[in-house]
Amino acid sequence: MELILFYIASTVAILATVFALTRSNAAHALIYLIVSLLAVAVIFFLLGAPFAAALEVVIYAGAIMVLFVFVIMMLNLGEEGNQRERQRMHPTVWIGPSILSAVLLIEMLLVIANVDGPQTGALIGAKQVGLTLFGPYVLAVEIASMLLLAGLVGAYHVGRRFRLSEPAEAIEPRENSAENQEQA
Amino acid sequence: MEGLAIPLNHVLIVATLLFVVGLAGIMFRRNIIFILMSLEVMLNSAGLAFVAAGTAWQQADGQVIFMLILTVAAAEVSVGLGLVLQIQRRFRTLDMDQATRLNS
Repeated sequence: MELILFYIASTVAILATVFALTRSNAAHALIYLIVSLLAVAVIFFLLGAPFAAALEVVIYAGAIMVLFVFVIMMLNLGEEGNQRERQRMHPTVWIGPSILSAVLLIEMLLVIANVDGPQTGALIGAKQVGLTLFGPYVLAVEIASMLLLAGLVGAYHVGRRFRLSEPAEAIEPRENSAENQEQA
Repeated sequence: MEGLAIPLNHVLIVATLLFVVGLAGIMFRRNIIFILMSLEVMLNSAGLAFVAAGTAWQQADGQVIFMLILTVAAAEVSVGLGLVLQIQRRFRTLDMDQATRLNS
């Protein structure tokens, strides 16, 4: 009976993902993507992984999607961007990739369908996850921390304002003069 | 609450569907923001497969790997969005077909 919950959440996740990746407006797509991530969090909870469900909501649907929202707000995409995206959604554009992906999907489904797998349902709480994380996987935690540090430094380096070699049209004159004053 | 006894096959099928949707999205979208979103979807589906396998074999390792995937996704998205800002600043577009030169 409660299995229906799983199938509902799965349907919501897949439909929301399809809608998210076929919108022309980036902000609307982002909302659909958040719905999809929340549906996957419901699936995690039903599977018996409440800690992973909480992480999915807090980090994926919270932190990472907020980053996307900030960038979309900073970019200030106008209506002509949506127009171009709408023209891009012509069937000749998406039919080829969709067929190729569908072939891969059918192969994978055949592989999965022929296996008699076990059933999920063991409850694995935060305590067990923590013991495993800081037991055999403590080196992976260190590597993850170094990866996050590298991501922080990389994002700072990539996101700062470079002085362009061609200052012609790509940069506002006000910023240009400010940087020149700094250098002087 | 105990977890539901869902056949592992069904969860893996859902993860496969999500992965394929993300793959198709990467192939047919040309806007870099949508390409990053598709990457997120693909990483998320991999995490779903890991968590499902972890609960099926009653091991916590699946959720540990999910946390590592989360770390990778956060690092990738922060650098990727920095690149988005830089591309918008230089090329005045998010279209990847027009931003093909490495050194403008």
